[in-house]
Amino acid sequence: MRVLIQHIILVQNMSEIQRIPPSGRRLYGITAIFDNPDKVLSATKAATQEGYKDFDVYSPYPIHGLDNAMKLKPSRIGVVTLVLAMIGVVSILLFTWWTNSVNYPLIIGGKPYFAWPSYIPITFEMAVLFGAVSTVISLIAIWLGLPRNSHPLHDTEFMKKVSSDRFGVCVEATDPKFDEKQTMDFLQRLGGENVELAYYEVHELSLRKAVLDPKFVGAMVIVAVASSGATYFSLNKMLLMRPWSSLNNQFKVLPESRSTFYADGFAMRPPVEGTVARGHMPYIFSGNMPSAEKYMKNPLLPTPRVMEVGQRDFNTYCSPCHGYFGDGDSRLQGQFPSPPSLHSDTLRHAPDGHFYQVMTDGFQNVMPSYARQIPRDERWAIVWYIRALQRAEHAKGSDVK
Amino acid sequence: MITTDKTVALKTVKLPESFSRISWSLLIIGIILTLLSFAVNPKHASFGLIMTLAFVASVGIGSLFWVGIEYVSSAVWSTALRRPFEFIAGVIPFLIVIAIPLLLKMHTVFEWTRKSLLKTDPALVIKAPYLNEPFFIVRTLVVFGIWWLFYYLIIKNSKLQDTTRDPKLTARNVRLSAAFMPIFGITLTIFSIDWMMSLTPDWFSTVFGVYFFSGAVLAAMAFATLLIVKLNERNLFPVKLTADHYYNLGAFLFAFVNFWAYIGFSQFMLQWYGNLTVETAWYIPRMHGSWAVISIALVLVHFIIPFFALLTKPAKMNPHRLVFMSVWILFAHALDIYWIVMPVYDPGGATFGLSELAFLIASAGIILTVFSYKAKSNNLVPVGDPKLQRGLEFHI
Ligand code: HEC
Repeated sequence: MRVLIQHIILVQNMSEIQRIPPSGRRLYGITAIFDNPDKVLSATKAATQEGYKDFDVYSPYPIHGLDNAMKLKPSRIGVVTLVLAMIGVVSILLFTWWTNSVNYPLIIGGKPYFAWPSYIPITFEMAVLFGAVSTVISLIAIWLGLPRNSHPLHDTEFMKKVSSDRFGVCVEATDPKFDEKQTMDFLQRLGGENVELAYYEVHELSLRKAVLDPKFVGAMVIVAVASSGATYFSLNKMLLMRPWSSLNNQFKVLPESRSTFYADGFAMRPPVEGTVARGHMPYIFSGNMPSAEKYMKNPLLPTPRVMEVGQRDFNTYCSPCHGYFGDGDSRLQGQFPSPPSLHSDTLRHAPDGHFYQVMTDGFQNVMPSYARQIPRDERWAIVWYIRALQRAEHAKGSDVK
Repeated sequence: MITTDKTVALKTVKLPESFSRISWSLLIIGIILTLLSFAVNPKHASFGLIMTLAFVASVGIGSLFWVGIEYVSSAVWSTALRRPFEFIAGVIPFLIVIAIPLLLKMHTVFEWTRKSLLKTDPALVIKAPYLNEPFFIVRTLVVFGIWWLFYYLIIKNSKLQDTTRDPKLTARNVRLSAAFMPIFGITLTIFSIDWMMSLTPDWFSTVFGVYFFSGAVLAAMAFATLLIVKLNERNLFPVKLTADHYYNLGAFLFAFVNFWAYIGFSQFMLQWYGNLTVETAWYIPRMHGSWAVISIALVLVHFIIPFFALLTKPAKMNPHRLVFMSVWILFAHALDIYWIVMPVYDPGGATFGLSELAFLIASAGIILTVFSYKAKSNNLVPVGDPKLQRGLEFHI
């Protein structure tokens, strides 16, 4: 990263300087060609000995021992790979944990919510993906100096040679020991051929110009369109060709289809008799108010928390018709028959089971059932809240403290 | 890169007397301990001997695998280091000696030999055509015979080259090794199924052979690395090895540490997820009681710690780190075998007794003694190998 920033500053500084030099050209360095790897290797050693630092060696294939000859420090790119790979590991573990055990807990295959062994393969893959992609991107950024899109040696005779059958050295003008004449002599003495000066091209001097270059922008647009088009085509068109259909065409029944297996022809089967849905409590007093009143007791204690829940639910579900205090002052403006007050004598003396039964079953085809909206315990909490409302309306002297 | 006809500068070195003295005493103590353990508790001792067999066989055949790989791939970097692998592979002829006491008393360890079980266990009936005593003995003899044959042929050519310097011998060994590779895969799988998987005869796993392979090849590399680096650091190796050679040894250790974890986890994850009794039966004892501690320790000792210890490039080149990690990995491999074998003996909890001690000492003793014996009568580098010079000039 530091290298990258330095590079950007350098390029920008150069665009300032660019206006000044009389020749209108800025020197990048001096290139020399060598015709075999041994020569370039010994030239490299000599250059290092001479004290040159900012120079690079170009070869069509890796030459063993070159790193040593150039006195290059071991690359630290591995640190980037490791750190990013670890970020990949941690983030995917957090993601799988959060999605499968916090946000939408789902039991799969009878395993615990956080079934970590099944997340290891994706974790491994994310480590590889993050590590690999980040390594490539940082290599491109640092080594090629993104967003620079062209190198001064690009498109030169020198580059053509060293990328086919020759070997080259380029001493850069930024080197402290660099001196046009001396360096040229030095390279010639080492046996370099075609010792030449290499200049920046105009567009390479300004970063802004380079990035906004119509050719560059055009190429980027074409790459973007082509790659998204190819992705779209391969995913949406080619995949529908189904090279392997075993997963798509499984032996299974679709909803609403006719079964050839069961005698009654129904593909969708009712649950096995006696099956109870997860969390469901069968309600045996449905339609049987007297028993509900007689046998049911409020299982909760009137703790502050229960009262809070009761108040919240009462205000949400009941108050539109019954009013905030149970007076029956409906906010529905006569669009629905207004209920009677909850403070009548009958209701004050009605047992808890009565209220529970009304909420669970609905009442007299006028008040709807709330069994689906409000969980069991919360219905009992509402009962406590109604009791509190009733008490408040008919407070005894001893309640005032 | 450039082949030269320079003759390699060889130091004449002799392994110190203390090396063979220590090896021999380890071997003798190991044998005495094994005999003692048989006197104390024959069943426990038989399981201990299975561990010894598995350890020695894995290091021995793993070394022959590395020799073969060197020939098949025409690897150059390892030519100078090939001899230690060849020496360690010298334990192969002795495997049958370790196996004989077990073959004579198969009933003590192999549950499937009990005829009465056939009536109650339908899985054993299906497996009976494979898992029966005569066929088991035949298989063991054939597997050890094949290993010995390839060991004999490959090593003979390699040794002959020291005097004749005939490059044709290399070509012959390449062909032999190419034939050996698939045969190695099949025989190693048979060996691991017979001697380790069949201890839990109901168990199914299609990847166990590969799992054993990963540990075996890693342990062989660790044993050779230990000896090579130690000898080279003490100037007892006839040629000078460089940090580049070390780097490759370290890289292979690192690679196979990961490979072991990959295969081991693949087996665990699929069986855990599938949750079928025929598969989980093997893992359940290993996930309860003190065996669970061993299982977790195995992950740390055999994967996490070596992974970080060998991750960086300097670590792979550092002789001290390499020696230490080789010993560490060998211990991890012993722990792995312990974890494979011993829960069958006592599913209730991990045991450590005379038999385990005998296993550790005898295994080290056998391999070291064979190595020191071979090292006395042979060149420590293949002086006649045409690749040797290039191998010494190797750069990463
Ligand atoms: C859609 C409007 C509406 C909502 C919302 C509503 N109710 Fe009612 N409720 C009524 C009406 C209308 C009646 C009178 C029915 C009758 O007497 O025929 C009634 C009657 C009652 C009664 C009296 C039953 C009796 O024995 O006289 C109780 C208790 C009651 N509701 C409780 C609740 C509770 C608790 C809630 C919140 C969960 C609630 N209601 C929500 C409309 C509503």
